[in-house]
Amino acid sequence: MSKRIASLALAMGLGLVGAGLGATTASAQATLANVKQKGFLQCGANTGLAGFGVPDAQGNWSGFDVDYCRAIAAAIFGDPTKVRFTPLAAKDRFTALQSGEVDVLIRNTTVTMSRDTTLGLDFPAVNYYDGQGFMVRKKLGVASAKELNGASICTQQGTTTELNLADYFRGNNLKYEVVAFATSDETFKAYDTGRCDAFTTDASGLYSERLRASAPDDHIVLPEIISKEPLGPGVRQGDPQWADLVRWTHNALLIAEEFGVTKANVDQMVKSDNPEIKRLLGAEGSYGESIGLTKDWAVRMVKGVGNYGEIFERNIGEGSRLKIKRGLNALWNKGGIQFAAPIR
Amino acid sequence: MSTIARAPEPAKASLVNDPKVRGLVYQAVLVVVVVGLVWAAATNAVENLRAAKIASGFAFLNSTSGFDIGQTLIPYSATSTYGRAFLVGLLNTLLVAAIGVVLATLLGFVLGVARLSSNWIVARVATVYVEVVRNLPLLLQLLFWYIAVLRSLPEPRASVNPGLGVFLNNRGLFVPKPIVEGHAWIVFAAVVIGIVASIAYATAASRKQTRTGEQSPVLLVALGLVIGVPALLWIVLAVVAGNPIDFDMPIKGTFNLRGGLQIFPELVALTLGLVIYTAAFIAEIVRAGILAVSKGQTEAAHALGLRSGPTLRLVVIPQAMRVIIPPLTSQYLNLTKNSSLAVVIGYPDLVQVFMGTVLNQTGQAIECVAITMAVYLTVSIATASLMNAYNSRMALIER
Repeated sequence: MSKRIASLALAMGLGLVGAGLGATTASAQATLANVKQKGFLQCGANTGLAGFGVPDAQGNWSGFDVDYCRAIAAAIFGDPTKVRFTPLAAKDRFTALQSGEVDVLIRNTTVTMSRDTTLGLDFPAVNYYDGQGFMVRKKLGVASAKELNGASICTQQGTTTELNLADYFRGNNLKYEVVAFATSDETFKAYDTGRCDAFTTDASGLYSERLRASAPDDHIVLPEIISKEPLGPGVRQGDPQWADLVRWTHNALLIAEEFGVTKANVDQMVKSDNPEIKRLLGAEGSYGESIGLTKDWAVRMVKGVGNYGEIFERNIGEGSRLKIKRGLNALWNKGGIQFAAPIR
Repeated sequence: MSTIARAPEPAKASLVNDPKVRGLVYQAVLVVVVVGLVWAAATNAVENLRAAKIASGFAFLNSTSGFDIGQTLIPYSATSTYGRAFLVGLLNTLLVAAIGVVLATLLGFVLGVARLSSNWIVARVATVYVEVVRNLPLLLQLLFWYIAVLRSLPEPRASVNPGLGVFLNNRGLFVPKPIVEGHAWIVFAAVVIGIVASIAYATAASRKQTRTGEQSPVLLVALGLVIGVPALLWIVLAVVAGNPIDFDMPIKGTFNLRGGLQIFPELVALTLGLVIYTAAFIAEIVRAGILAVSKGQTEAAHALGLRSGPTLRLVVIPQAMRVIIPPLTSQYLNLTKNSSLAVVIGYPDLVQVFMGTVLNQTGQAIECVAITMAVYLTVSIATASLMNAYNSRMALIER
């Protein structure tokens, strides 16, 4: 028996050794220097969410979140293609970022207090304001989430969605049966097969997933939005330079939209007399150098992927297949809440 | 004898050359190295976690989980703790492992014997089953069963109802749930007494047979004691004092059936997949075990006048068991560990609940992984110990 206990202890010990040594590689080091040295940005992406981050048949990634990865790569290298994507399921994403497997996580991730404070991560920006909703089959005749008493609901595990769902049904004194899956793919497939009455995720995700349904028009999105989901890029805590770079990437993309700097006109705009544009594009001041890049970082970025509005329209806006309205994500002076701190 | 002088004692060898001392030193060094490595890794991990500002420790087990789980064998809600969620996951894993082991053993034995059948069709069917099933990846089979089960079943509003309050749809199988009340304990007590009495009767019958060669109707008597008497009592109670066991019948609700006992399709698909896969391996083990018993044993039994049924049951299988049990143990362990593939079909087992949701909501990867590893190790060692004990009982006692 003692032999057995000894071998048990040994096995557990070796496991711990592995875990302990694994954690060493995650020690905070200058991410920017590391990325420059590698020659590419390793970006944590969704396993496949149309409009936000999805690879095509040739393995080319596209989407709103993916373009944020490309914008950062363009700011650093002047080339938006110098990105490698790591598709991550919701439940694996934070471990991948913590362990240094990816440099930045841009994967429709909700910013919450516990994620910010206990995971050793920072969320420098919010690139998409969202909220959780429900999708059901039209033929059920359900018009409101409050009528979902007794329904079975498919959701992805390891998400804020899973927690909001529990809160909402408990708060409204409704019963439900949850069926949780590891990836969005498995979750939606189960709903589409008829395992669940309703499918829940962020509203943006609902529109995106509906495109994958065998008959998209048979499904409707219910009007209730049951939570606040500020989605944004995540970085490891303890590397302020890298967090600054990610934060100002987002701000610069917003400012570019605000002042009409687009992919097409950015070269002419460099010669603009507007001091705001001059500071953005590096004609005045040395703001790029303060985040470890060169003066013209924002020029490279806009040239690579366009401004915030262009990224939005191309991937998820009214011109795309998803047809999502700007809503909360319009600039503050156009009725939304996207408000960038100024470059000065 | 004692008159023979003892050989002079050999000169004392130096301690360095004493194999016993050397062995002890080596073992001590190994222990120190292992303990040192573990300690270094543990402190290193804790240090790194603190440096990276990642929470650590096991306090999270007492905080509120905030999420729901579909299938729970014990009361659980979003206000329960992570520790409770862990228990729910663990019980779900044990449930599927227990059902799986029993069914896989039964199916495996039938198939193993069938492969050796003299009936050409039976033997071929068993061979094809084994070769097809054990050569396809389990993950694929699980997905197949899950999707096959779901797609082939009707939606809730068109549930299949074979009567007796049983409903079948793509949300699972609904059966009446017994509600025990009043004098029901009398019925249960009768079942327990019946089981005890049956065992006593079987023991006595076996002694009688050894002594006199007379056989007794053990099966009939046991059935009567375990099922007949309690059923009779139930009827009497129902007439005298009202039905002691009530049934909560499933009834149609807005979306699905309400009430009753619901067996989720995830559980069905996972059990089906594990049983069918593991049974193929058990069949091969059983076949090997039976073939390991020399043909002379069968011939001798036939010569004594035993028919082929009793020959298999009384002569071949008991000897084959000695060969079968050790590899069978491995299959039981495999089945238990393979149940963690539940993740892909949404069955809330330990890995799905604890390594999936809890790990992600708390971010405490090292703790969650360590606990899960410890659980599988414990379950596996417990299973192996039980099987080893059984094995030593069955082993040939050599004189």
